[in-house]
Amino acid sequence: MKEYTFSEKKDTRSGFGAGLLEAARSNPKIVGLCADLTGSLKMNDFQNEFPDRFFQVGIAEANMMGIAAGLSTGGKIPYTGTFANFSTARVFDQVRQSIAYSEKNVKICASHAGLTLGEDGATHQNLEDIGMMKMLPNMTVVVPCDYNQTRAATIAIADHHGPLYLRFGRPKVPNFTDPDQKFEIGKAILLNEGTDVTIFATGHLVWEALEAGKTLLKKGIKAEIINIHTIKPLDLEMVIQSVRKTGCAVTAEEHQINGGLGESIARTLATNLPAPVEMVAVNDQFGESGKPGELMKKYGLSASNIVEAARKVMSRK
Amino acid sequence: MADIKELKSIATQVRRDVLRMVHGAQSGHPGGPLGCADLFAALYFSVLKHDSKNFKMEGKDEDLFFLSNGHLSAGWYSVLSRSGYFDTAELKTFRAIDSRLQGHPATEEGLPGIRVASGSLGQGLSVAIGAALSKKLNRDPHLVYCLMGDGEQQEGQIWEAAMFGAGRKVDNLIGIVDYNGKQIDGPVDEVMPLGNLKAKWEAFGWEVLEMNGNIMEEVLETLEKAKGLCGKQKPVLILMHTEMGYGVDFMMGTHEWHGKPPNDEQFEKAMANFEETLGDY
Repeated sequence: MKEYTFSEKKDTRSGFGAGLLEAARSNPKIVGLCADLTGSLKMNDFQNEFPDRFFQVGIAEANMMGIAAGLSTGGKIPYTGTFANFSTARVFDQVRQSIAYSEKNVKICASHAGLTLGEDGATHQNLEDIGMMKMLPNMTVVVPCDYNQTRAATIAIADHHGPLYLRFGRPKVPNFTDPDQKFEIGKAILLNEGTDVTIFATGHLVWEALEAGKTLLKKGIKAEIINIHTIKPLDLEMVIQSVRKTGCAVTAEEHQINGGLGESIARTLATNLPAPVEMVAVNDQFGESGKPGELMKKYGLSASNIVEAARKVMSRK
Repeated sequence: MADIKELKSIATQVRRDVLRMVHGAQSGHPGGPLGCADLFAALYFSVLKHDSKNFKMEGKDEDLFFLSNGHLSAGWYSVLSRSGYFDTAELKTFRAIDSRLQGHPATEEGLPGIRVASGSLGQGLSVAIGAALSKKLNRDPHLVYCLMGDGEQQEGQIWEAAMFGAGRKVDNLIGIVDYNGKQIDGPVDEVMPLGNLKAKWEAFGWEVLEMNGNIMEEVLETLEKAKGLCGKQKPVLILMHTEMGYGVDFMMGTHEWHGKPPNDEQFEKAMANFEETLGDY
C-alpha cells in the first residue's frame, strides 16, 4: 500500500486562484467573471494582473452566466466564479439554456461546495450541485481533491472545449497530490491497489478514503482506492475493471446521496457488472452551521464512516 | 443593401412565411413575428453588416443579432433564410421532427445564424452584453443588437443586465423592446404593469429612443440614429411600438394570436392580406 503524506493543509479554492492566474498568463482567451466574491474565490491575483479581462458583475449570478455565454461566442474562455449554490441552484435555467444547450465554452467554477463551507449554514451549503450539473447534457463535471489537483484541473480545463463545472471548497485540507501532475479530464486515478473492496471517492472525501484504507488494512482488508475527480464523463473502464477484481464498492462524496457520485457508480455497475454498493454521502438532509470537521462527523462523511461502509458492503458480496 | 421599397416587400414575404410556417406546423407564435417583420427585414437586409454565406460563431468583423424572445423564431428563421443563411425550402420543416428549425432557436442542430439558444425568457440581453464585451476585447468595432419582448421585461434578469450595461458602459449594444403591449395571458399592463418603461431604462442609465416598428422609414431612421449614439459611454435602447399580428386584420388588437396557429380557413383569410413578393418557399 502506498503511503500518502502531506506537508501542509491548503484550501482548494486557493488552488483555483493559482491555476486561473497561471492559465491566463499563457492563454489570452481566458477571461474571469465574479459575482461579488472575488476574495472568497481567490480571483484577486487574476483581477490585478488582468484588469481588462476581469468582469465584476455584482450580485447578479443569472446575468453573469449569460454574459459568460456571450463572451464565449466571441472566442473567449470565460471562468465564472461564485459559491456552488449560486453557480448551480440559483442559475440552473441560465446554465441549462444559455450554456449547456447552447454548447458554450464556459467554465463554471464553484467554491464553498458542500458542508465544509461551515458556519454559514444550509442556505450556502449546496449539496445538490453535482446532481444538477451532471444531469445536463453537454456538461462535464470535475471535482478535484486538494490544492495541487485543483490548480492542475483549473489549468487543464482551458483546453477542454465545452461547458464544464469545476467544484471545489473552502476549508484547508491535506495537500497530498503531486504538484506537477498532469490533469486528465475523465481519467480516474488509482491511488492504492486492493482486492477486497473498491472505494470510489471524490473531492474532500478522497483523503478520508485514504485514511479509511489504512484502518482497513490493520484489520486485514485490502481496499482499492480510486480518486474520481471527473464525475462526468465517468471513467467506466476503471470502475468496472476495479469492481471486477474486488466484487464490491463504497462511494464517498460531500453531496446528497441522491444524484451524486454514488448514483453514477451504482448505475454503471447495475448496467455492466452488478455488485453491492454502499454510499457515504449526506442522507437526504440539509446541513447546518458548525465547524467543517464537526459537520463531516455529524453527517457521516468521515474516514470511520467509510470503514463501516466497507465492512458492510463486503458482507453483502 | 435593399432600398425602402424592397425592404417593405421583404417584410411582406416574411409575414407570408410566418403564417405558412405556423399554419404548416399547426403550432407556434404568429403574432409577435408579424409585428416584428419590418425590423427583421430592416436588420438583415439593410442595417447589419453580416456574412450570411459563411456563418461563423465568432462573427468577427460583423454585427451580431440576438433574439431574446425566442418564440419569435418563425420571423427570424424566415429572414435568415431569405438573406442567405440557409435554403428557404428548409422553412417547411419548422417545428417538425429532425428539423434544424426548432420551436425556439437553438444551436445544437447547427442552424446557421443562431449563436445561442433562447426561449426561456430574460436571458438574451445578458448574452448580448457578453458578446459586446468580447467585441471590445477583440478591438472589433461592430455592434451587437438584441430584441426582447415587452412581457419579457417582467423577468428580473433583464434588469440585472440593464444595470450592468450602463454600469460598465457597454456602448456597442443596441437593445430593442417589442412594445406591443400584449403577452400570452392578456394586455401587459393587466398581467403585470410595466409602469413607465422609458423612464425605467433611462433611470438605469441607457439612452432611450422610440419608434413605430411598423413604419419602415421610421425603423431605418431610428436604427441609424441608434448607431450614431453608440460609442458614447452608454448602451442604447429602442422602445419599438408595434402591433402584434400586424397586417392581419383579425389578428390585430388582441393577444389571442400570441401563441396559436390559424386553422385552414383563418389561414386563407390571413394570407389574402399579403402579396407573394419574393416567392413562397
